[in-house]
Amino acid sequence: MNDDSYEAVIGLEVHAHMLTRSKLFCGCATDFGAPPNHNVCPVCMGMPGVLPVLNRHVVELAIRTGLAAHSKIEPHSVFARKSYFYPDLPKGYQISQYDQPLCRGGYIELPAREGEARRIRLVRIHLEEDAGKNIHAESASLVDFNRSGVPLMEIVSEPDIRSPEEAVAYLHELREMLRSLGASDGKMEEGSLRCDVNVSVRPRGATELGARTEIKNLNSFRFVEKAIVYEVNRQIEEVAAGRRIPQETHLWDPEREVTRPMRSKEFANDYRYFPEPDLPPLIVPSDLVENIRTAMPEMPAERRARYIREFELSAYEAGVLTSELEVAEYFEAMLPGLRNRKSAANWVMTEVLRAANESAKPLTEAAPKPQETGALLKMVEKSQISLNAAKSAFAAMCRSGKGAEATVAELGLTQVSDETAIAEACDRVLAAESAKLAEYRAGRDKLYGFFVGAVMKAMGGKGNPKVVNEVLRRKLAG
Amino acid sequence: MGSELNRLTITEARERLRRREITSRELTRDCLERIAAVEPRLNAFITVSETEAMAQAEAADRRFAQGDAPDLCGIPLGIKDIYCTRGVRTTCASKILGDFTPPFDATVIEKLRVAGAVFVGKTNLDEFAMGSSTENSAFGPTRNPHDLERVAGGSSGGSAAAVAADECLAALGTDTGGSIRLPASYCGVTGIKPTYSRVSRYGVIAYASSLDQVGPFARTVRDAAMVLRAVAGADPRDSTCSARPVPDYEAALTGEVRGMRIGVPREYFVEGMDAAVEAAVRGSLKKLEAMGARTVEISLPHTSYAVAAYYLIATAEASANLARYDGVRYGLRVAADNNIELYNRTRAQGFGAEVKRRIMLGTFALSAGYYDAYYLKGQKVRTLIRRDFERAFASCDLIAAPVAPTTAFRLGEKTDDPLKMYLSDIFTISVNLAGLPGMSVPCGADGHGMPIGLQLIGPPFGEEAILRAGDAWERSGGFAPRTPQL
Repeated sequence: MNDDSYEAVIGLEVHAHMLTRSKLFCGCATDFGAPPNHNVCPVCMGMPGVLPVLNRHVVELAIRTGLAAHSKIEPHSVFARKSYFYPDLPKGYQISQYDQPLCRGGYIELPAREGEARRIRLVRIHLEEDAGKNIHAESASLVDFNRSGVPLMEIVSEPDIRSPEEAVAYLHELREMLRSLGASDGKMEEGSLRCDVNVSVRPRGATELGARTEIKNLNSFRFVEKAIVYEVNRQIEEVAAGRRIPQETHLWDPEREVTRPMRSKEFANDYRYFPEPDLPPLIVPSDLVENIRTAMPEMPAERRARYIREFELSAYEAGVLTSELEVAEYFEAMLPGLRNRKSAANWVMTEVLRAANESAKPLTEAAPKPQETGALLKMVEKSQISLNAAKSAFAAMCRSGKGAEATVAELGLTQVSDETAIAEACDRVLAAESAKLAEYRAGRDKLYGFFVGAVMKAMGGKGNPKVVNEVLRRKLAG
Repeated sequence: MGSELNRLTITEARERLRRREITSRELTRDCLERIAAVEPRLNAFITVSETEAMAQAEAADRRFAQGDAPDLCGIPLGIKDIYCTRGVRTTCASKILGDFTPPFDATVIEKLRVAGAVFVGKTNLDEFAMGSSTENSAFGPTRNPHDLERVAGGSSGGSAAAVAADECLAALGTDTGGSIRLPASYCGVTGIKPTYSRVSRYGVIAYASSLDQVGPFARTVRDAAMVLRAVAGADPRDSTCSARPVPDYEAALTGEVRGMRIGVPREYFVEGMDAAVEAAVRGSLKKLEAMGARTVEISLPHTSYAVAAYYLIATAEASANLARYDGVRYGLRVAADNNIELYNRTRAQGFGAEVKRRIMLGTFALSAGYYDAYYLKGQKVRTLIRRDFERAFASCDLIAAPVAPTTAFRLGEKTDDPLKMYLSDIFTISVNLAGLPGMSVPCGADGHGMPIGLQLIGPPFGEEAILRAGDAWERSGGFAPRTPQL
């Protein structure tokens, strides 16, 4: 994107595996990692004569998602058959929704970076079943049908995205929304969130859309960003050289970090959609929608607003804390009993996130229980330990998994605030440093820091700095 | 064959079984002996399940001993080979299913098992129920028991012939465009196609999902009513199946037709139809009138578009329904170096000519750029045909018509002319498009002694009305086709 005279026009099609115990049209389990062809039955194997029966929970999760995305929930939607041959597609057609999806319109609001928050509009959200998985062995191809019939939501955005960074921000926000809703676990690495990207370029200021390329096989945020950067630059070069961009489907090659067109055979399909005769139209009564609406969990955008309003955090702080559901949940679980929300927020953003990053483990495993971290901060608030002591204790807790109180006791970090004890330490230091004391009293104020350090050292670092300061000033004054 | 229990009606057999005069084992054995005797000439069965049948008969006899015997307990039935039967080969008369043995039962099979019925075997059909003569079977044609040189009708020809030839007391068929009523008419037995959604389709191998419906063949209307009651009703595994309670159909057989208004559609008496057919149908209507029913002339103006609409909708659905036979998971697989070749070879060798023809028709009807002109237009015609019937039922309680313009034709007579074959269903197809219940009851025979069927059509869920009329016609003497001499 080195040429400012062009702008990128990007739309995303996201497929999210839905968090349900059973499949979309049969009772088979959906758990990831079962032995091959373990979670199967005649229905999801496409045996002769079987019929689909719609999973009610899937519909409710999709409605919840639609409401969170401000979409219109259609009272009447229709499943359709999408026909193509592939060994992992047992019926020879996929049951999907075509011209009458469950949700239409809506938008996803991206957190403000510079300037205003951005809204990315949605075209639609619809339900469909996943296919199985081909596994190519040395002499044969094998098919695992565990995934066949697992419910998917396809969330299609308008081409409102203008940069690779914005595409990633959208994906991020969408994923966190789905996770907050309990609609999907959003794990791109396990394939439970998949993304196809439509990219075109046009002269800046133009209103018409250029011919677009669809990029498939993007299974991480990083690949999405890299693929868009690559593709936008490629298209700008083509257009600038006066060449026409053909409308085609590309695959991202993660090794060479390029996109390459699929052979036309790989995508030139006429899917021959028609309404699925085995399923009646999906009728969503308005009271069902209202029941779901009243039981909606908080969305990342709403949570951000609440943090700013209730905890007086900055937009930046609120953004970091709500970037992932685990972080927000951790932060809020720390809060009971704490007066200073701002310092708790800082603690999460520095100590907790650092611990998670350094260990490369999920937050819940890398950091102590949030209640324990809260207890530790409470000790700081009550001046029982110093902030530095708390940092040492936190690091130890991350390693040992022990509680705050036990760790502080074990490390002997409890702060001394007793004036008598502090006065004794001051007396000892002043007696030992009589020369420096004389210099100070003669006007070398800079030596004050030296005396503080010496007193703290004499107390093994446990002196309450506030009390130490008070007592020391009194003693130095003579 | 001294006892010939296989010739009993279900009603008679049920009575004698309950009185413990006969056992289901004796009854079943007589059926199996009859099968062994006539099958070489008839070919009504693809698979005869003797061992399983005798085990079921034994179990049924134990239930009689315990006094726990529902209506169909111990009754030997034939099952069209389109129903998935756990542990028993299910072919749909196609090479592509090879030796496919389903790991599950169709819902209606499950219901019949619970009722204690006995399955003597799987009956022949046109491959994937696509045909009107049972000549499109990978296992050879079924012959008409009344004349072995003639077809049994289709697609459920095996079931109709098996009941007509006393190989079983009743049988299950399926009807997508006339596949129960036409062979019932040709073979001189009673066959019912219930309202769409009345019976579960789960485990019934799909041809055209929005048209397929399960139904019985039997030797009397009462017997057919009994089997229908046993299989009908809601099924959590079929979302298109109605939750409406199933009436006691036998209770509807009062013999009373006084005041009943029978609509006679003028479009169903066309030029070129057999004079014997028209005479027999009009004759039976006269008799019903004499019993107190009234006939009224009605019009179903879109009738002439039904066959065309049907061959767009049914083939479109079939093209998707049959995509699963790809050689990957079960059934026939013809080895190849790559996926595409595997599909090509398996499907080229596995499907018969008529099935291929319909898959291609349906694929074309759904293709980009043709959808509106074909599939969608077909659906619009379907709506018009449904409205024709709605209007007609404002002035009548049921409709009477011939089942087909002719009696059973000769084997091979229409195999070279698909269009001519398609027109065999000209009077039955509209009923499927409108989702209505329809029945064929024997009402006469032509000069060669070939049976003729009277078609009775009801409004949605109007099974009781057509059963009552058919039963009353039978009680008045009806028409008992001569026993086939085999």
